[in-house]
Amino acid sequence: MDKNHLQRQLEMKRSLLDQGYLDEQFIQLEELEDGDNPNFVEETVTTFYANSARLLQNIEQALGSRPIDFTALDNCMHQFKSSSTSIGATRVKKECTLFMEYCEAANAEGCIRTFRQVKQEHASLKTKLENYFKLARQGGTSAGGHAGRS
Amino acid sequence: MGISTESQFHVLAVDDNLIDRKLIERLLKTSSYQVTTVDSGIKALEFLGVHEDDQSNPDIPSVFPNTHQEVEVNLIITDYCMPGMTGYDLLRKIKESSSLRNIPVVIMSSENVPSRISRCLEEGAEEFFLKPVQLADVNRLRPHIMKTKPKDQHEDKQENKEEELGKPEFQSREEKEQQQQQQHHHLQQQHSNSNKRKALEEGLSPDRTRPRYNNGLTTVV
Repeated sequence: MDKNHLQRQLEMKRSLLDQGYLDEQFIQLEELEDGDNPNFVEETVTTFYANSARLLQNIEQALGSRPIDFTALDNCMHQFKSSSTSIGATRVKKECTLFMEYCEAANAEGCIRTFRQVKQEHASLKTKLENYFKLARQGGTSAGGHAGRS
Repeated sequence: MGISTESQFHVLAVDDNLIDRKLIERLLKTSSYQVTTVDSGIKALEFLGVHEDDQSNPDIPSVFPNTHQEVEVNLIITDYCMPGMTGYDLLRKIKESSSLRNIPVVIMSSENVPSRISRCLEEGAEEFFLKPVQLADVNRLRPHIMKTKPKDQHEDKQENKEEELGKPEFQSREEKEQQQQQQHHHLQQQHSNSNKRKALEEGLSPDRTRPRYNNGLTTVV
């Protein structure tokens, strides 16, 4: 294990936490990693991004239709928010909450505006996490610090 | 190979959200439970061997023992918000089934709605977890699962427990209602507390009497 890499990995994680991109839930996920499941966090995040792409597309479509079905929008976003919460994606979650408030108020403009924020945070976090996992791989460890990769 | 008693416990997890299913599965496996996950209440009932059209007459045994169920289910943990059959609907169906009602059910929800929580507890749910579910929550499942331990493992303790209680199984529902009212009261006091974990813990404090569990059978949670 490269000490430098681990240090940088920890610093990156600290930074993501401090800036509010990630929260305690991400740490909880890392604690679930062990010798048998050394890559649980990265796997979960990968699944999240694969899954959320579809959800975001559905929301995009629903926002484009007239009249807007706010109930369907809310349901879709509920799913997406739930997933985001489960991986500890704080900023994404906040935008989701805001979006759902606009849904409840049947505020189309608010929804459209907020959805742009949702997508932005979603994409931004993806890049940061990709860098994080890349660093972890280079250091010979998984996200949680387990030496599970050859 | 050592055989731990935990490896015999089987949990059925129900959640329509893929990520949450992955998470609950990992949480449960970390705690050494066998896990089956399904993405709907309907599938959960199918797995449990219950068929929708059998629910109309509660006198007719609605579960096909062992032919459909290869593994005994010791606990069901289900999301509340699911399309079609909600976690609450599933809870009701389980409690209405003569063969399934003794399986402890735990509800999970991303929303902290006190009326929702009390409704579930009143219907017989053992616990209500706020999402995202964490290891500390899963640790609370143990006492509930222990009560459905396979008979050959804990037969002696089971007999002792019944002697101590001095009352047969079917009367415990009244007890449970009293306990849940207490629990509801605790939760009502605490729901304004922003720390949800603390809220749940204080609502389920050890000094709340639970005759089924405070006879030394369970370890401190």
